[in-house]
Amino acid sequence: MSALLSVNALSKEFGGVHAIEDLSFEVARGDVHAIIGPNGAGKTTLFNLVTGLYQPSAGGVRLNGQDITGRQPHKLCEMGMARTFQNLQICMNMSAVENVMLGRHRHLGSGALSAMLRLPGQRRADRACRQQCRELMEFVGCGAYLEHAASAMPYGALKRLEIARALAAEPDILLLDEPAAGLNATETGALRDVIQRIAEKGITVVLVEHDMKLVMSVSDRLLVISYGRKLAEGTPSEIREHPEVIAAYLGGGANNKQEVPA
Amino acid sequence: MKTPFLRSPYAGLLLLALVLALMPFLVRNDFHYDLLTKICLTATVAVGLNLLVGYAGQVSLGHAAFYAGGAYASAILTSQYQITPLPAMLIAAAGVGVIAWLVGRPILHLKGHYLSMATLGLGVIAAIVLNNEDQLTGGPDGIGLPPLSLLGHELSVFGEYPFAGLTLTGVELWYLLAAAVLLLAVLLALNIIDSPLGRALRALHGSEIAAQVAGVDTARFKLRVFVISAVYASVAGSLYGHYSGFITPGIASFEHSIELITIVVLGGMASTFGVIIGAVILVLIPQFLTDFQELEMVVFGAILMAVMIFLPRGLLPTLLSRFQRGAR
Repeated sequence: MSALLSVNALSKEFGGVHAIEDLSFEVARGDVHAIIGPNGAGKTTLFNLVTGLYQPSAGGVRLNGQDITGRQPHKLCEMGMARTFQNLQICMNMSAVENVMLGRHRHLGSGALSAMLRLPGQRRADRACRQQCRELMEFVGCGAYLEHAASAMPYGALKRLEIARALAAEPDILLLDEPAAGLNATETGALRDVIQRIAEKGITVVLVEHDMKLVMSVSDRLLVISYGRKLAEGTPSEIREHPEVIAAYLGGGANNKQEVPA
Repeated sequence: MKTPFLRSPYAGLLLLALVLALMPFLVRNDFHYDLLTKICLTATVAVGLNLLVGYAGQVSLGHAAFYAGGAYASAILTSQYQITPLPAMLIAAAGVGVIAWLVGRPILHLKGHYLSMATLGLGVIAAIVLNNEDQLTGGPDGIGLPPLSLLGHELSVFGEYPFAGLTLTGVELWYLLAAAVLLLAVLLALNIIDSPLGRALRALHGSEIAAQVAGVDTARFKLRVFVISAVYASVAGSLYGHYSGFITPGIASFEHSIELITIVVLGGMASTFGVIIGAVILVLIPQFLTDFQELEMVVFGAILMAVMIFLPRGLLPTLLSRFQRGAR
């Protein structure tokens, strides 16, 4: 299996604090790859580094063999990377479906002249785009809000709306940052189905999540980080047995081992 | 499902056309026509500025410079280079667009309030240049412009024009022209808003991060809308110059820039029809303050503060949402 995403000796410092330190891992094409770790382990920082929102202090990131270190987010989107956010990034001044349509930006011509003159080609493309985005909203399970303003939608639906927007870009790789946070058990169950169906489409998924039941049931591989460093890597069953993971994640003292970092 | 026409913004355009067409039956004299023409031209600037401020969330504090740029370029090109008004207006608009592009390009890569500061500086520089380059601009005394000519016909405010059995005065024709320009400005703005370009612009305001990860090159789109709004101002400025026949550096003043921003904020950011109402109010206010002209800026300032406190979304959006809640 070839690695779609490879992170090599990545580090990020914030004023002396090492949020990510010398981290290397690979995500295989087509996998659902989860990244877990205690709060403050650096999971979201890692996402921000990979998606170009932060510049790394050292190290590099490659997508599909190409060096993408420090590349701007919109360029990464054009290369097939899409993501969602733990803290929602929804345009509340737009309707729900328009938020998803924003996701198709890279597939639409956005010339000023064709916009001003409402040229038929652009209108047709835009109508088709709207239809596709409605279907995506149905797909992720917020089809009940097709005609709503984003500002009128509940939290759980907005989380799914972000996934729809990310899918609208037709990415090769999708990074989901805590998609289940704030969802109830039923909603989380529905989310698991959505993630599985996304993976079935051949989209590689990188998932940061705290809900271990969800993580263990959808992931092909897991990366465990703690204090910005790699703690363990492996399949769900390997990780479940891993003593250091148990120590860091479930608290020290498990298996009578006292290896919690000071 | 399609949006029913009556609820689409284009219904608003039709309503606006209707109101503008009915105006001649309501007004009695040249003074009223003069106000209406000024309202239409000011509203045209505001509709363009609203694309930048209201939709894309970028504040320009120097838009009067672009307005004055259009007016002065038209004046200089027609009186000193003998270019006919219409081509002069297009050259002016292109020139102003290029200036906006040059000014905006380095700034719009930065985040934060740099655009406001830079445009503030641009406005101040424009006013100084217009005041001091008197060889070219006539300095503080101002500069004259010939009447507008369209297809070989001169359109002078003092003229009379027989048309289909009616005799229209120059003032009436100017109003019709300004109204047509406003309608065109609104149509183009509505088209932009409901397009991939418009979504990208609104996303800049809604969540710049969302826009970025969705593939929007934010700096490029900010620059685009900045140039578009500057061109709107330039065209309206050129027309105003030909209409009034005489312009002074006052149109490039900081006060004028603030007036334009006040119109957008008062009428309703991101509400194309709201800013037209804003333009009506701000053009009419000085008429009620003729004895207290020095109070004008105080009143504008007070309006700005009151709107921010009581109607942060602006006049029209607030009224519309109250009305909709009442109707349910």
